[in-house]
Amino acid sequence: MSTHFDATLDVKGAKCPMPLVKSRKAIGDLPVGHVLQVIATDRGSIADFQGWATTAKNIRLIAQETTAEGGQDLYVHYLERTA
Amino acid sequence: MSPVDTLSPSAPSMPSATTMPSAASMSAPADSSDRLAALEARLTALEDHPSQSTEDRVAMVVFSGDLDKAIAAFIIATGAAAMGMEVSMFFTFWGLNAVKKQKVFAGKNVIEQGFTAMLPGGLGQTGLSQMNYFGAGAKIMRRLMKQHDVSSPEELFGLAQELGVRMVVCDMSRELLGVTDAELIDGLETGGVATFLADAARAKVTLFI
Repeated sequence: MSTHFDATLDVKGAKCPMPLVKSRKAIGDLPVGHVLQVIATDRGSIADFQGWATTAKNIRLIAQETTAEGGQDLYVHYLERTA
Repeated sequence: MSPVDTLSPSAPSMPSATTMPSAASMSAPADSSDRLAALEARLTALEDHPSQSTEDRVAMVVFSGDLDKAIAAFIIATGAAAMGMEVSMFFTFWGLNAVKKQKVFAGKNVIEQGFTAMLPGGLGQTGLSQMNYFGAGAKIMRRLMKQHDVSSPEELFGLAQELGVRMVVCDMSRELLGVTDAELIDGLETGGVATFLADAARAKVTLFI
């Protein structure tokens, strides 16, 4: 599956709450309507990004994927800036 | 501050009742359809972001690993669930003690093995926050609870799971303390700070135990 995105953010190795904080900063630098791809290794990021999307008014969680790379799981999130 | 912060609360200004005679609004279908569209837009925004509204929910951070505090947390959780409220429990740091089922030493480094040795391997090994006396206090408390027909913490935990209490384990502190999945009770969720906050944001009751 490939989801369209305009920018990508690598937060591999970052632990809670850094994936969230860095993504928040990165999506703020994008124009409205653009999609940010976030690649994380933090397992908690799956529920965290869902929680963020239900709380924040200006982002929408488009998709989440789990893939494996070099023996570690990667959690990929696609966020759209809506406002 | 980034432009994200400049968001207005997306409230389309509603004409106040005093400035709009009802006869005029009824004879102006274009205006009422505008208002309807604005209301629909607001409804969609609310549905997209349920955390913007409150619901009958209790959100708890279980930070302590003491038996007495775990009892308090599980009593509140089961009580709230029984009352028909939604309940979210977020277990972090020493609170992980309350949701462990065993100790596993295999595959851990020295520090992690030390933590595993020093920390309780489950509710059954936790002590009281006061008057514990190397575990004697906890034993006496459990006996007292039995005498007074108070449900054991294990029963309360099982009940909470049965009643559909959402239980989330903080992955960051789990990793920090070297706790593996095999040591945790089955059926728990994994999450982080936003997982708790999203539930707490729409909860009517929030507790840090």
